[in-house]
Amino acid sequence: MVIPSVPPECYLVLSGMLFTIGVIGALTRRNAIVVFMCIEMMLNAVNISFITFSRFLQSLDGVLFAFFVMAVAAAEAAVGLAIFVMIYRSRDTINLDEINLLKW
Amino acid sequence: MFDYVWLIPLFPAIGFMINGLFGKHLGKKVVSWVGPSVIGLSFLTSILIFFELIGRPPTQRLFEKVIFDWVVSGSFQTVIGYQIDPLSILMALVVSGVSFFIHIYSVGYMHDDPGFTRYFTYLNLFVFMMLNLILANNFLLMFVGWEGVGLCSYLLIGFWYEKDSASNAGKKAFVVNRVGDFGFILGMFLLFTSLGKNGIWTLDFTEVFANASKLDTGTVTAITILLFIGACGKSAQIPIYVWLPDAMEGPTPVSSLIHAATMVTAGVYMVARCNVLYSMAPIAMAIVAIVGVATAIFTASIGFCQNDIKKVLAYSTISQLGYMFLGVGVGAYSAGIFHLMTHAFFKGLLFLGAGSVMHALSGELDMRKMGALRTKIPITFWTFFFATLAIAGIPGLSGFFSKDEILWQAFSSSHGHFLLWLVAAIAAGMTAFYMFRALFMTFFGQSRVDEHVAHHIHESPKIMTVPLMVLAVLSVIGGYIGVPHVLGGANHIHQFLAPVLGGGAEPGKAHAGISILSQAWASGGEGGGHGAALELLMMVVSVVIALIGIGIAYLFYVKNPAIPKLVAEKWKGLYKLVFNKYYVDELYEILFIKSLKNLGTGLWKGFDDFIIDGTINGIAYLIGVVSGGMRKIQTGLVQNYAFSMIVGGIVIAAYYIVRAIFY
Repeated sequence: MVIPSVPPECYLVLSGMLFTIGVIGALTRRNAIVVFMCIEMMLNAVNISFITFSRFLQSLDGVLFAFFVMAVAAAEAAVGLAIFVMIYRSRDTINLDEINLLKW
Repeated sequence: MFDYVWLIPLFPAIGFMINGLFGKHLGKKVVSWVGPSVIGLSFLTSILIFFELIGRPPTQRLFEKVIFDWVVSGSFQTVIGYQIDPLSILMALVVSGVSFFIHIYSVGYMHDDPGFTRYFTYLNLFVFMMLNLILANNFLLMFVGWEGVGLCSYLLIGFWYEKDSASNAGKKAFVVNRVGDFGFILGMFLLFTSLGKNGIWTLDFTEVFANASKLDTGTVTAITILLFIGACGKSAQIPIYVWLPDAMEGPTPVSSLIHAATMVTAGVYMVARCNVLYSMAPIAMAIVAIVGVATAIFTASIGFCQNDIKKVLAYSTISQLGYMFLGVGVGAYSAGIFHLMTHAFFKGLLFLGAGSVMHALSGELDMRKMGALRTKIPITFWTFFFATLAIAGIPGLSGFFSKDEILWQAFSSSHGHFLLWLVAAIAAGMTAFYMFRALFMTFFGQSRVDEHVAHHIHESPKIMTVPLMVLAVLSVIGGYIGVPHVLGGANHIHQFLAPVLGGGAEPGKAHAGISILSQAWASGGEGGGHGAALELLMMVVSVVIALIGIGIAYLFYVKNPAIPKLVAEKWKGLYKLVFNKYYVDELYEILFIKSLKNLGTGLWKGFDDFIIDGTINGIAYLIGVVSGGMRKIQTGLVQNYAFSMIVGGIVIAAYYIVRAIFY
């Protein structure tokens, strides 16, 4: 059943690249929605590595985690976007540099 | 009647309540009736009980009346209970009797004082406490009285609290007494626990003394010395006598009642009460006797150079208390109590006389501004004169019998010593000198009274002079209850007190020949009866010493008033030393007060300010600094937080990678 056409390193490199892009995006971009998208990208990078290991280790644990991550990401997206809408309504911006009330 | 012994302390308590709670509304007139009359009722009750007591055979003269259980804890039980025996009833008679007359005197003396009601409230409370002290049947209740009289002493010394000196003197008396009371408490504790080790948990006098033989000598010595420290505080003995001279800041009747006749004798009473314990501890007795005789001569010498009439009497009181301790210290308990009684009469009278002089001279205390008052206030003079004769030990007056009994016992008792007698006899001569000095300076010679005061010199009203006369009569005849056998008397007081104080079988007789002198006398070939002959000789010697003292006083202050100045000039250093009371107050100031103050300041600055405050402030400062730095991390920018999270993640990952590679 298992035909390893693509070596697992490739999946892991893809996952690493996606995660790094997500990290850099989340740290550098100022638009909250973009940051949010970057976080989603990091989550998906993690999912890819989960599935990869699940596949190569012949274990369903990774798949299970991937499903969890997707469920959490979905819920997070719903709540997060709702928060952004509310912030935009009250402050007319979703630029993260300007949302810095929680400081000393 | 014995069942009503509680009435004796109750009456003054009622007086205290009435005067204290309602005195302001009742007015001066009622207070001046209530105050003395409650004491009079106590006196009356004491007399009735006394007569019932002497109606009984000597062996049955002990009665305890328990009012109620006070402290009950496990097998230990202390009651509020009163004890009637010859010693307590005699003390009750003296205290309530002298108090009664001094209360009456006070009505006249304090008449124009705004604190009239307060005065009688305190005075009634004092008598209540004093009677508790005397009549208590256990150590704890005695201690209540002991502390109570201390409190009243404080209140009455500082009676004119607006005066700085008065309130300071009150505080001094209170604090110094604390030192002694501390010893008393420790002694009581030690007695309680060491008896408890033998299974007897009690503080009741009768039980304690019955079981005293179960204690070993070392313990008894410790107990008695600790109790004696208490006595030293209350009865103003070396080294803690310093409060008594200052206590003269109080009203004069207070000095008379509390600081001469009654409270200060509590220590002597306590030692006599614990005679069973003291007799078991010869070392403690020696200490009592030596402290007593040292105090007697030391303070008598201070009396030489005092110009304040009340101060002279104060030092005289301390000196006479020293005599009493000498008496009880050589085992002559009844002689000590006898002197306590006669001293209450004549010293109470001397103070009242001084008060009467002050009254006549608009409050003047300095004897240098008196003189020639003999004819102007004759009643005061004559009563004062008799009291002076009594204290000087002139034969026939009360002081002679009691003082001589002590002197003779100091010499002849098995605890006595020739040196004790010698020092005490010299002190007796000094007493005669300074007392007659006071008498001559006040009543004889040229008048040195200020002009404006001299106009209204007047004899005190009857209410003051009658108590003077009563006490004068007592001072004269009070000694005849204790005429020694050698003078053909029966020494009634000794016999009367024998059930409590022991030694009833052969009163007043010389003990086994211990002194060199009596042996020398015996070897001189005098044959039988040398004890009596020796006693007579010593009596004559002490009288001669007293007469010499009087003679010198006459020479110095009547015949040739220039001499004292010459003497003072000649021995300038010595005079200055004595005039300044040997700088004892100053010494204590440096030794105790300053050093304690320094210790306190040191602890305050070094320990409290530096260590405790430093620790707390340091911690607070540290937290402030650290959190001041830390808060800078809190930028409020989400991406900073995310960055640090990632850095952290990388660091952790790097750690595991490095570990995996190198190990």
